[in-house]
Amino acid sequence: MNAADRQAKYYAGIKMIHFDLVKEMVLALFVVSLVVVGLAGVLSSPDDPAVTLQTWATKDPVDFVTTATSELAGTSGTAGYGPPYNNTADVAQAIGPISPQSLAGVRIPIDPAQDFVLKPLGFAAVGNPTISTALQTYAAASSDQQQTWLTSYTDALGNATVANDEVSVASGDYGPVPDLMTGLLGLARTGALDGLLLSNGNLFQTDFTKPLLFLGDGNYLPNLAAAQHLTGDQWGMMNETGMYPGQTWLWAFSFWYQFPPFNGPADILGQQIDWSANTDLIVIILMIVLTTLLALVPFIPILRDIPRWVPIHRLIWRKYYRNS
Amino acid sequence: MREASPKPQAEHSSWTLSIRRLLARNLPLSNLLPDRQPVYVGSWVYIFGVLAIAGLIWIIGSGVLLAFFGPQWWHESNIGRFVNSLHLWSVQVFFVFMVLHLWGQYFMAGWRDGRAPTWMIGVVIFAFSIAAAFTGFVSQQNFAGEWIAVNAKDATNSFGIGSLFNVLNFGQMYGIHVVLLPLLLATLLGIHLVLVRMRGVVRPIGLKRAAPPSDEERPS
Repeated sequence: MNAADRQAKYYAGIKMIHFDLVKEMVLALFVVSLVVVGLAGVLSSPDDPAVTLQTWATKDPVDFVTTATSELAGTSGTAGYGPPYNNTADVAQAIGPISPQSLAGVRIPIDPAQDFVLKPLGFAAVGNPTISTALQTYAAASSDQQQTWLTSYTDALGNATVANDEVSVASGDYGPVPDLMTGLLGLARTGALDGLLLSNGNLFQTDFTKPLLFLGDGNYLPNLAAAQHLTGDQWGMMNETGMYPGQTWLWAFSFWYQFPPFNGPADILGQQIDWSANTDLIVIILMIVLTTLLALVPFIPILRDIPRWVPIHRLIWRKYYRNS
Repeated sequence: MREASPKPQAEHSSWTLSIRRLLARNLPLSNLLPDRQPVYVGSWVYIFGVLAIAGLIWIIGSGVLLAFFGPQWWHESNIGRFVNSLHLWSVQVFFVFMVLHLWGQYFMAGWRDGRAPTWMIGVVIFAFSIAAAFTGFVSQQNFAGEWIAVNAKDATNSFGIGSLFNVLNFGQMYGIHVVLLPLLLATLLGIHLVLVRMRGVVRPIGLKRAAPPSDEERPS
Protein backbone atom coordinates (compact mmCIF):
# COMPACT_ATOMS: atom_id res chain seq x y z
CA MET A 1 0.00 0.00 0.00
CA ASN A 2 1.49 3.35 -0.95
CA ALA A 3 1.48 6.43 1.29
CA ALA A 4 -1.52 8.03 -0.44
CA ASP A 5 -3.64 4.90 0.05
CA ARG A 6 -2.53 4.57 3.67
CA GLN A 7 -3.54 8.15 4.36
CA ALA A 8 -6.89 7.71 2.57
CA LYS A 9 -7.54 4.67 4.73
CA TYR A 10 -6.61 6.62 7.87
CA TYR A 11 -8.98 9.43 6.97
CA ALA A 12 -11.81 7.05 5.96
CA GLY A 13 -15.19 8.22 7.23
CA ILE A 14 -13.93 11.70 8.10
CA LYS A 15 -15.23 14.72 6.24
CA MET A 16 -12.47 16.35 4.18
CA ILE A 17 -12.42 20.06 3.44
CA HIS A 18 -10.43 22.19 1.00
CA PHE A 19 -7.42 24.11 2.20
CA ASP A 20 -4.42 25.82 0.65
CA LEU A 21 -1.15 24.78 2.24
CA VAL A 22 1.01 27.18 0.23
CA LYS A 23 -1.30 30.11 0.93
CA GLU A 24 -1.17 29.28 4.65
CA MET A 25 2.64 29.29 4.58
CA VAL A 26 2.76 32.60 2.71
CA LEU A 27 0.29 34.21 5.12
CA ALA A 28 2.27 32.90 8.11
CA LEU A 29 5.45 34.33 6.60
CA PHE A 30 3.71 37.66 6.08
CA VAL A 31 2.48 37.84 9.69
CA VAL A 32 5.87 36.79 11.11
CA SER A 33 7.59 39.33 8.85
CA LEU A 34 5.45 42.11 10.32
CA VAL A 35 6.24 40.98 13.85
CA VAL A 36 10.00 40.51 13.29
CA VAL A 37 10.54 43.73 11.33
CA GLY A 38 8.33 45.63 13.80
CA LEU A 39 10.19 44.36 16.87
CA ALA A 40 13.61 44.92 15.25
CA GLY A 41 12.65 48.42 14.13
CA VAL A 42 11.13 49.52 17.42
CA LEU A 43 13.21 47.66 20.01
CA SER A 44 16.52 47.14 18.12
CA SER A 45 18.88 44.70 19.91
CA PRO A 46 21.41 44.81 22.76
CA ASP A 47 25.06 45.22 21.88
CA ASP A 48 27.16 46.26 24.86
CA PRO A 49 30.82 46.32 23.78
CA ALA A 50 32.99 43.41 24.86
CA VAL A 51 35.28 44.00 27.83
CA THR A 52 38.91 43.88 26.77
CA LEU A 53 42.02 43.48 28.91
CA GLN A 54 42.66 47.10 28.00
CA THR A 55 39.26 48.20 29.36
CA TRP A 56 39.79 46.18 32.53
CA ALA A 57 43.31 47.55 33.16
CA THR A 58 42.09 51.09 32.59
CA LYS A 59 38.84 50.98 34.59
CA ASP A 60 39.93 48.76 37.48
CA PRO A 61 43.73 48.59 37.63
CA VAL A 62 43.83 47.24 41.19
CA ASP A 63 41.64 44.26 40.26
CA PHE A 64 43.75 43.72 37.14
CA VAL A 65 47.02 43.72 39.10
CA THR A 66 45.56 41.58 41.90
CA THR A 67 44.38 39.01 39.34
CA ALA A 68 47.69 39.09 37.44
CA THR A 69 49.54 38.53 40.72
CA SER A 70 47.32 35.52 41.46
CA GLU A 71 48.11 34.15 37.99
CA LEU A 72 51.81 34.47 38.73
CA ALA A 73 51.37 32.91 42.17
CA GLY A 74 49.32 30.02 40.81
CA THR A 75 46.33 30.85 43.00
CA SER A 76 43.89 32.10 40.34
CA GLY A 77 40.76 30.33 39.18
CA THR A 78 42.43 29.17 35.98
CA ALA A 79 45.59 28.03 37.80
CA GLY A 80 43.50 25.79 40.04
CA TYR A 81 40.88 24.82 37.45
CA GLY A 82 42.01 21.31 36.52
CA PRO A 83 41.18 19.70 33.16
CA PRO A 84 41.15 20.68 30.36
CA TYR A 85 43.64 23.44 31.29
CA ASN A 86 45.92 21.82 33.86
CA ASN A 87 46.36 18.89 36.21
CA THR A 88 45.30 20.44 39.52
CA ALA A 89 44.27 17.49 41.68
CA ASP A 90 40.84 16.89 43.21
CA VAL A 91 39.03 19.80 41.58
CA ALA A 92 37.40 18.11 38.58
CA GLN A 93 33.63 17.74 38.88
CA ALA A 94 32.44 14.20 39.53
CA ILE A 95 29.46 12.10 40.46
CA GLY A 96 30.83 9.46 42.76
CA PRO A 97 33.80 7.89 41.00
CA ILE A 98 32.71 9.12 37.57
CA SER A 99 34.43 12.27 36.34
CA PRO A 100 34.20 12.96 32.60
CA GLN A 101 36.29 16.08 33.21
CA SER A 102 39.20 14.01 34.56
CA LEU A 103 38.74 11.31 31.93
CA ALA A 104 39.01 13.88 29.13
CA GLY A 105 42.32 15.10 30.59
CA VAL A 106 44.36 18.21 29.86
CA ARG A 107 43.54 19.10 26.24
CA ILE A 108 44.10 22.87 26.28
CA PRO A 109 47.23 23.20 28.43
CA ILE A 110 47.51 26.61 30.01
CA ASP A 111 50.16 27.80 32.45
CA PRO A 112 48.71 31.10 33.69
CA ALA A 113 52.01 32.39 35.14
CA GLN A 114 53.81 31.87 31.84
CA ASP A 115 50.95 32.44 29.39
CA PHE A 116 49.25 35.43 31.03
CA VAL A 117 52.19 37.21 32.69
CA LEU A 118 55.78 36.16 31.99
CA LYS A 119 55.63 35.49 28.23
CA PRO A 120 53.84 38.80 27.44
CA LEU A 121 56.34 40.62 29.67
CA GLY A 122 59.13 38.97 27.69
CA PHE A 123 57.93 40.94 24.65
CA ALA A 124 57.58 44.14 26.68
CA ALA A 125 61.12 43.69 28.04
CA VAL A 126 62.66 44.40 24.65
CA GLY A 127 64.07 47.91 25.02
CA ASN A 128 62.73 48.23 28.57
CA PRO A 129 65.53 47.65 31.11
CA THR A 130 63.21 47.90 34.13
CA ILE A 131 61.04 45.00 32.98
CA SER A 132 64.03 43.08 31.64
CA THR A 133 65.87 43.33 34.97
CA ALA A 134 62.71 42.47 36.93
CA LEU A 135 62.18 39.34 34.81
CA GLN A 136 65.78 38.25 35.31
CA THR A 137 65.59 38.83 39.07
CA TYR A 138 62.33 36.92 39.30
CA ALA A 139 63.62 34.00 37.24
CA ALA A 140 66.81 33.82 39.30
CA ALA A 141 64.95 33.69 42.63
CA SER A 142 64.01 30.43 44.31
CA SER A 143 60.42 29.26 44.20
CA ASP A 144 60.06 29.97 47.93
CA GLN A 145 61.39 33.49 47.49
CA GLN A 146 58.99 34.10 44.59
CA GLN A 147 56.04 32.95 46.70
CA THR A 148 57.11 35.14 49.62
CA TRP A 149 57.24 38.21 47.38
CA LEU A 150 53.89 37.33 45.76
CA THR A 151 52.13 36.67 49.07
CA SER A 152 53.39 39.94 50.59
CA TYR A 153 52.42 41.87 47.47
CA THR A 154 48.97 40.24 47.33
CA ASP A 155 48.35 41.23 50.96
CA ALA A 156 49.49 44.78 50.27
CA LEU A 157 47.17 45.04 47.24
CA GLY A 158 44.24 44.91 49.67
CA ASN A 159 45.02 48.55 50.53
CA ALA A 160 46.32 49.62 47.13
CA THR A 161 45.70 53.08 45.75
CA VAL A 162 45.77 54.38 42.21
CA ALA A 163 47.63 57.57 41.37
CA ASN A 164 48.86 58.73 37.97
CA ASP A 165 47.57 55.51 36.40
CA GLU A 166 49.85 53.45 38.65
CA VAL A 167 48.90 51.04 41.40
CA SER A 168 50.69 51.89 44.65
CA VAL A 169 51.00 49.77 47.75
CA ALA A 170 52.63 50.26 51.14
CA SER A 171 56.39 49.85 51.23
CA GLY A 172 57.59 46.30 51.69
CA ASP A 173 59.83 43.56 50.35
CA TYR A 174 58.10 42.53 47.13
CA GLY A 175 61.25 41.95 45.08
CA PRO A 176 60.70 42.58 41.35
CA VAL A 177 56.95 41.89 41.53
CA PRO A 178 55.81 45.57 41.51
CA ASP A 179 57.95 46.25 38.43
CA LEU A 180 56.54 43.17 36.70
CA MET A 181 52.98 44.23 37.49
CA THR A 182 53.55 47.84 36.48
CA GLY A 183 54.95 46.54 33.20
CA LEU A 184 51.98 44.21 32.62
CA LEU A 185 49.49 46.93 33.53
CA GLY A 186 51.13 49.30 31.05
CA LEU A 187 51.10 46.58 28.40
CA ALA A 188 47.39 45.95 29.03
CA ARG A 189 46.52 49.66 29.00
CA THR A 190 47.97 50.07 25.52
CA GLY A 191 45.90 47.14 24.25
CA ALA A 192 49.02 45.14 23.43
CA LEU A 193 48.21 42.42 25.97
CA ASP A 194 44.91 41.66 24.19
CA GLY A 195 46.92 40.88 21.05
CA LEU A 196 49.69 39.02 22.85
CA LEU A 197 47.26 36.60 24.54
CA LEU A 198 45.66 35.85 21.18
CA SER A 199 48.95 35.31 19.40
CA ASN A 200 49.70 31.72 18.47
CA GLY A 201 52.52 32.22 16.01
CA ASN A 202 50.18 32.52 13.06
CA LEU A 203 48.84 35.68 11.50
CA PHE A 204 45.19 34.66 11.87
CA GLN A 205 43.59 33.96 15.23
CA THR A 206 40.05 33.19 16.28
CA ASP A 207 40.61 31.42 19.60
CA PHE A 208 39.95 33.69 22.60
CA THR A 209 40.51 31.03 25.27
CA LYS A 210 43.46 32.75 26.99
CA PRO A 211 42.18 36.34 27.21
CA LEU A 212 38.72 35.14 28.27
CA LEU A 213 40.11 32.88 31.01
CA PHE A 214 42.27 35.75 32.30
CA LEU A 215 39.28 38.12 32.25
CA GLY A 216 37.12 35.53 33.99
CA ASP A 217 39.64 35.19 36.84
CA GLY A 218 39.19 38.82 37.91
CA ASN A 219 36.26 40.48 39.65
CA TYR A 220 35.71 43.18 37.06
CA LEU A 221 33.94 41.04 34.42
CA PRO A 222 31.77 39.04 36.91
CA ASN A 223 30.78 42.29 38.68
CA LEU A 224 29.62 43.80 35.39
CA ALA A 225 27.70 40.59 34.67
CA ALA A 226 26.09 40.62 38.13
CA ALA A 227 24.96 44.21 37.59
CA GLN A 228 23.21 43.04 34.41
CA HIS A 229 21.63 39.99 36.13
CA LEU A 230 23.71 37.58 34.07
CA THR A 231 25.35 35.39 36.70
CA GLY A 232 24.38 31.78 37.25
CA ASP A 233 22.54 32.43 40.53
CA GLN A 234 20.47 35.13 38.76
CA TRP A 235 19.12 32.81 36.03
CA GLY A 236 21.99 34.31 34.04
CA MET A 237 22.18 31.81 31.18
CA MET A 238 18.74 32.82 29.97
CA ASN A 239 19.20 36.59 30.36
CA GLU A 240 20.55 39.28 28.07
CA THR A 241 22.00 42.70 28.76
CA GLY A 242 19.42 45.41 29.36
CA MET A 243 15.73 44.49 29.26
CA TYR A 244 16.04 42.24 26.22
CA PRO A 245 15.02 38.59 26.18
CA GLY A 246 17.95 36.22 26.01
CA GLN A 247 17.93 32.45 25.82
CA THR A 248 14.67 32.15 27.76
CA TRP A 249 14.33 28.56 26.53
CA LEU A 250 17.21 27.68 28.88
CA TRP A 251 14.95 28.24 31.91
CA ALA A 252 14.88 24.53 32.69
CA PHE A 253 18.71 24.52 32.69
CA SER A 254 19.08 27.66 34.84
CA PHE A 255 16.33 26.48 37.20
CA TRP A 256 18.52 23.93 39.01
CA TYR A 257 21.20 26.49 39.89
CA GLN A 258 18.77 28.53 41.99
CA PHE A 259 18.30 26.36 45.07
CA PRO A 260 20.06 23.88 47.42
CA PRO A 261 21.49 21.30 47.27
CA PHE A 262 22.51 22.41 43.76
CA ASN A 263 23.93 25.76 44.90
CA GLY A 264 24.77 25.03 48.54
CA PRO A 265 24.12 22.83 51.56
CA ALA A 266 20.63 21.52 52.22
CA ASP A 267 19.23 19.47 55.06
CA ILE A 268 17.41 16.58 53.39
CA LEU A 269 15.96 13.93 55.70
CA GLY A 270 18.50 14.83 58.35
CA GLN A 271 21.41 14.59 55.92
CA GLN A 272 23.58 17.56 54.96
CA ILE A 273 23.77 17.45 51.17
CA ASP A 274 25.78 19.91 49.08
CA TRP A 275 26.17 19.37 45.34
CA SER A 276 27.53 22.84 44.59
CA ALA A 277 31.04 21.57 43.77
CA ASN A 278 29.60 19.34 41.02
CA THR A 279 26.49 21.28 40.01
CA ASP A 280 27.41 21.73 36.34
CA LEU A 281 27.92 18.02 35.77
CA ILE A 282 24.77 17.08 37.69
CA VAL A 283 22.64 19.62 35.81
CA ILE A 284 23.99 18.58 32.40
CA ILE A 285 23.24 14.92 33.08
CA LEU A 286 19.83 15.85 34.46
CA MET A 287 19.01 17.83 31.30
CA ILE A 288 20.17 14.99 29.04
CA VAL A 289 17.91 12.61 30.95
CA LEU A 290 14.94 15.00 30.82
CA THR A 291 15.40 15.66 27.09
CA THR A 292 15.61 11.92 26.43
CA LEU A 293 12.41 11.41 28.42
CA LEU A 294 10.71 14.12 26.37
CA ALA A 295 11.76 12.38 23.15
CA LEU A 296 10.52 9.03 24.47
CA VAL A 297 7.16 10.34 25.75
CA PRO A 298 5.21 8.24 23.19
CA PHE A 299 6.51 5.08 24.89
CA ILE A 300 6.33 6.07 28.57
CA PRO A 301 3.13 5.19 30.43
CA ILE A 302 1.60 8.04 32.44
CA LEU A 303 3.57 10.67 30.47
CA ARG A 304 1.90 9.55 27.26
CA ASP A 305 -1.49 9.25 29.00
CA ILE A 306 -1.59 12.73 30.52
CA PRO A 307 -3.01 14.30 27.30
CA ARG A 308 -5.99 11.93 27.54
CA TRP A 309 -6.61 12.86 31.19
CA VAL A 310 -6.13 16.61 30.84
CA PRO A 311 -8.99 17.91 28.69
CA ILE A 312 -6.96 20.49 26.78
CA HIS A 313 -7.59 18.42 23.65
CA ARG A 314 -11.33 19.00 24.21
CA LEU A 315 -10.58 22.70 23.82
CA ILE A 316 -8.37 22.29 20.75
CA TRP A 317 -10.88 20.07 18.92
CA ARG A 318 -13.98 21.60 20.53
CA LYS A 319 -15.71 22.32 17.20
CA TYR A 320 -15.17 18.79 16.03
CA TYR A 321 -16.34 17.21 19.28
CA ARG A 322 -19.39 19.51 19.30
CA ASN A 323 -20.40 18.56 15.77
CA SER A 324 -19.65 14.87 15.91
CA MET B 1 7.06 -8.47 -46.36
CA ARG B 2 5.82 -8.16 -42.87
CA GLU B 3 7.90 -6.20 -40.42
CA ALA B 4 8.69 -7.92 -37.20
CA SER B 5 6.54 -6.49 -34.44
CA PRO B 6 8.59 -4.74 -31.76
CA LYS B 7 9.17 -6.83 -28.72
CA PRO B 8 7.46 -5.55 -25.60
CA GLN B 9 10.04 -3.88 -23.36
CA ALA B 10 10.92 -6.14 -20.53
CA GLU B 11 10.67 -4.71 -17.01
CA HIS B 12 14.19 -3.99 -16.02
CA SER B 13 15.53 -2.93 -12.71
CA SER B 14 18.23 -0.50 -11.70
CA TRP B 15 19.23 1.43 -8.61
CA THR B 16 17.78 4.57 -10.19
CA LEU B 17 14.45 2.94 -10.88
CA SER B 18 14.33 1.43 -7.42
CA ILE B 19 14.75 4.82 -5.80
CA ARG B 20 12.20 6.38 -8.18
CA ARG B 21 9.63 3.71 -7.31
CA LEU B 22 10.38 4.03 -3.61
CA LEU B 23 9.84 7.80 -3.76
CA ALA B 24 6.69 7.47 -5.87
CA ARG B 25 5.30 4.96 -3.40
CA ASN B 26 6.21 6.82 -0.20
CA LEU B 27 6.32 10.48 -1.20
CA PRO B 28 3.38 11.09 -3.54
CA LEU B 29 2.87 14.75 -4.39
CA SER B 30 -0.76 14.51 -3.30
CA ASN B 31 0.56 13.95 0.23
CA LEU B 32 3.41 16.45 0.04
CA LEU B 33 1.17 19.25 -1.22
CA PRO B 34 -2.37 18.29 -0.21
CA ASP B 35 -5.35 20.47 -1.12
CA ARG B 36 -7.74 18.82 1.33
CA GLN B 37 -7.54 18.14 5.03
CA PRO B 38 -9.73 16.47 7.65
CA VAL B 39 -12.42 18.72 9.07
CA TYR B 40 -10.98 18.45 12.59
CA VAL B 41 -7.97 20.51 11.53
CA GLY B 42 -9.68 23.67 12.64
CA SER B 43 -7.66 25.18 15.47
CA TRP B 44 -4.97 27.81 15.91
CA VAL B 45 -2.77 25.07 17.36
CA TYR B 46 -2.13 23.82 13.83
CA ILE B 47 -0.68 27.20 12.84
CA PHE B 48 2.14 27.22 15.43
CA GLY B 49 4.39 24.87 13.47
CA VAL B 50 3.98 26.90 10.27
CA LEU B 51 4.70 30.14 12.17
CA ALA B 52 7.86 28.57 13.63
CA ILE B 53 9.00 27.69 10.10
CA ALA B 54 8.29 31.29 9.04
CA GLY B 55 10.50 32.44 11.94
CA LEU B 56 13.21 30.04 10.79
CA ILE B 57 13.07 31.49 7.27
CA TRP B 58 13.77 34.94 8.76
CA ILE B 59 16.57 33.51 10.91
CA ILE B 60 18.26 31.97 7.88
CA GLY B 61 17.73 35.05 5.69
CA SER B 62 19.12 37.49 8.26
CA GLY B 63 21.86 35.01 9.21
CA VAL B 64 23.04 34.74 5.61
CA LEU B 65 23.43 38.53 5.48
CA LEU B 66 25.26 38.62 8.83
CA ALA B 67 27.61 35.84 7.71
CA PHE B 68 28.24 37.54 4.37
CA PHE B 69 29.18 40.95 5.77
CA GLY B 70 30.91 39.77 8.96
CA PRO B 71 31.13 40.76 12.63
CA GLN B 72 32.33 44.36 12.17
CA TRP B 73 29.29 45.07 10.01
CA TRP B 74 26.71 44.00 12.56
CA HIS B 75 28.39 46.10 15.28
CA GLU B 76 29.41 49.22 13.43
CA SER B 77 26.88 49.99 10.67
CA ASN B 78 23.26 50.97 11.13
CA ILE B 79 22.03 48.49 8.54
CA GLY B 80 24.20 45.76 10.10
CA ARG B 81 22.74 46.49 13.53
CA PHE B 82 19.24 46.34 12.07
CA VAL B 83 19.87 42.96 10.43
CA ASN B 84 21.35 41.77 13.72
CA SER B 85 18.10 42.88 15.39
CA LEU B 86 16.08 40.99 12.78
CA HIS B 87 18.16 37.90 13.58
CA LEU B 88 17.58 38.25 17.34
CA TRP B 89 13.82 38.79 17.11
CA SER B 90 13.27 36.08 14.52
CA VAL B 91 15.04 33.67 16.90
CA GLN B 92 12.68 34.75 19.69
CA VAL B 93 9.63 34.32 17.42
CA PHE B 94 10.92 30.93 16.24
CA PHE B 95 11.30 29.63 19.80
CA VAL B 96 7.96 31.00 20.98
CA PHE B 97 6.07 29.20 18.21
CA MET B 98 8.22 26.07 18.38
CA VAL B 99 7.49 25.71 22.11
CA LEU B 100 3.77 26.38 21.53
CA HIS B 101 3.85 23.78 18.74
CA LEU B 102 5.56 21.30 21.07
CA TRP B 103 3.05 21.76 23.90
CA GLY B 104 0.18 21.73 21.44
CA GLN B 105 1.34 18.42 20.02
CA TYR B 106 1.86 17.06 23.53
CA PHE B 107 -1.70 17.79 24.64
CA MET B 108 -3.02 16.44 21.33
CA ALA B 109 -0.84 13.33 21.83
CA GLY B 110 0.41 13.91 18.30
CA TRP B 111 2.57 10.77 18.36
CA ARG B 112 -0.40 8.41 18.10
CA ASP B 113 -1.06 6.03 15.18
CA GLY B 114 2.56 5.61 14.07
CA ARG B 115 3.71 9.20 14.53
CA ALA B 116 6.27 8.56 17.30
CA PRO B 117 9.24 9.14 14.92
CA THR B 118 7.76 12.52 13.97
CA TRP B 119 7.54 13.50 17.65
CA MET B 120 11.06 12.24 18.41
CA ILE B 121 12.62 14.10 15.50
CA GLY B 122 10.72 17.19 16.64
CA VAL B 123 12.32 16.93 20.09
CA VAL B 124 15.75 16.49 18.48
CA ILE B 125 15.08 19.62 16.39
CA PHE B 126 14.19 21.47 19.60
CA ALA B 127 17.43 20.32 21.28
CA PHE B 128 19.62 21.25 18.29
CA SER B 129 17.83 24.60 17.98
CA ILE B 130 18.92 25.35 21.55
CA ALA B 131 22.49 24.43 20.59
CA ALA B 132 22.25 26.62 17.47
CA ALA B 133 20.96 29.57 19.48
CA PHE B 134 23.64 29.03 22.13
CA THR B 135 26.49 29.05 19.58
CA GLY B 136 24.94 32.19 18.14
CA PHE B 137 24.82 33.95 21.50
CA VAL B 138 28.50 33.17 22.19
CA SER B 139 29.41 34.34 18.67
CA GLN B 140 27.96 37.82 19.14
CA GLN B 141 31.38 39.36 19.88
CA ASN B 142 29.95 41.66 22.52
CA PHE B 143 29.75 41.70 26.33
CA ALA B 144 26.84 39.25 26.54
CA GLY B 145 28.58 36.77 24.24
CA GLU B 146 31.83 37.14 26.15
CA TRP B 147 30.17 36.52 29.52
CA ILE B 148 28.04 33.62 28.33
CA ALA B 149 31.19 31.92 27.00
CA VAL B 150 33.12 32.46 30.25
CA ASN B 151 30.17 31.19 32.28
CA ALA B 152 29.27 28.24 30.06
CA LYS B 153 32.76 26.76 29.86
CA ASP B 154 32.30 25.24 33.32
CA ALA B 155 29.35 23.17 32.12
CA THR B 156 31.08 21.87 28.99
CA ASN B 157 34.33 21.25 30.88
CA SER B 158 32.52 19.36 33.65
CA PHE B 159 31.08 17.00 31.04
CA GLY B 160 34.53 16.43 29.52
CA ILE B 161 33.79 18.10 26.18
CA GLY B 162 35.36 21.49 26.92
CA SER B 163 38.19 21.01 24.44
CA LEU B 164 36.08 19.27 21.79
CA PHE B 165 33.45 22.01 22.00
CA ASN B 166 35.43 25.01 23.26
CA VAL B 167 32.96 27.83 23.90
CA LEU B 168 35.89 30.26 24.30
CA ASN B 169 37.01 29.59 20.71
CA PHE B 170 35.08 32.06 18.58
CA GLY B 171 36.20 30.50 15.29
CA GLN B 172 34.87 27.09 16.28
CA MET B 173 31.57 28.39 17.70
CA TYR B 174 30.96 30.63 14.69
CA GLY B 175 31.63 27.83 12.20
CA ILE B 176 29.32 25.46 14.04
CA HIS B 177 26.67 28.19 14.25
CA VAL B 178 26.63 29.30 10.62
CA VAL B 179 27.30 25.99 8.85
CA LEU B 180 26.96 22.74 10.78
CA LEU B 181 23.89 23.32 12.93
CA PRO B 182 21.85 25.07 10.20
CA LEU B 183 22.56 22.17 7.82
CA LEU B 184 21.62 19.65 10.49
CA LEU B 185 18.46 21.53 11.46
CA ALA B 186 17.37 21.99 7.84
CA THR B 187 17.83 18.26 7.23
CA LEU B 188 15.94 17.25 10.36
CA LEU B 189 13.17 19.74 9.63
CA GLY B 190 12.87 18.33 6.11
CA ILE B 191 12.47 14.81 7.50
CA HIS B 192 10.00 16.06 10.13
CA LEU B 193 7.85 17.78 7.50
CA VAL B 194 7.91 14.80 5.14
CA LEU B 195 6.82 12.52 8.00
CA VAL B 196 4.01 14.94 8.89
CA ARG B 197 2.77 15.00 5.31
CA MET B 198 3.16 11.26 4.76
CA ARG B 199 1.30 10.27 7.92
CA GLY B 200 -1.33 12.98 7.72
CA VAL B 201 -2.89 14.80 10.65
CA VAL B 202 -3.53 12.66 13.71
CA ARG B 203 -7.17 12.04 14.65
CA PRO B 204 -8.69 13.75 17.68
CA ILE B 205 -8.28 11.83 20.93
CA GLY B 206 -11.14 9.42 21.44
CA LEU B 207 -12.19 9.36 17.78
CA LYS B 208 -12.57 5.75 16.71
CA ARG B 209 -10.73 4.67 13.62
CA ALA B 210 -12.60 3.54 10.55
CA ALA B 211 -10.19 0.68 10.11
CA PRO B 212 -7.68 -0.90 12.47
CA PRO B 213 -4.13 0.31 11.98
CA SER B 214 -1.73 -1.91 10.18
CA ASP B 215 1.26 -3.11 12.16
CA GLU B 216 3.57 -0.56 10.62
CA GLU B 217 1.28 2.26 11.72
CA ARG B 218 1.40 1.35 15.38
CA PRO B 219 3.93 3.06 17.60
CA SER B 220 6.47 0.44 18.44
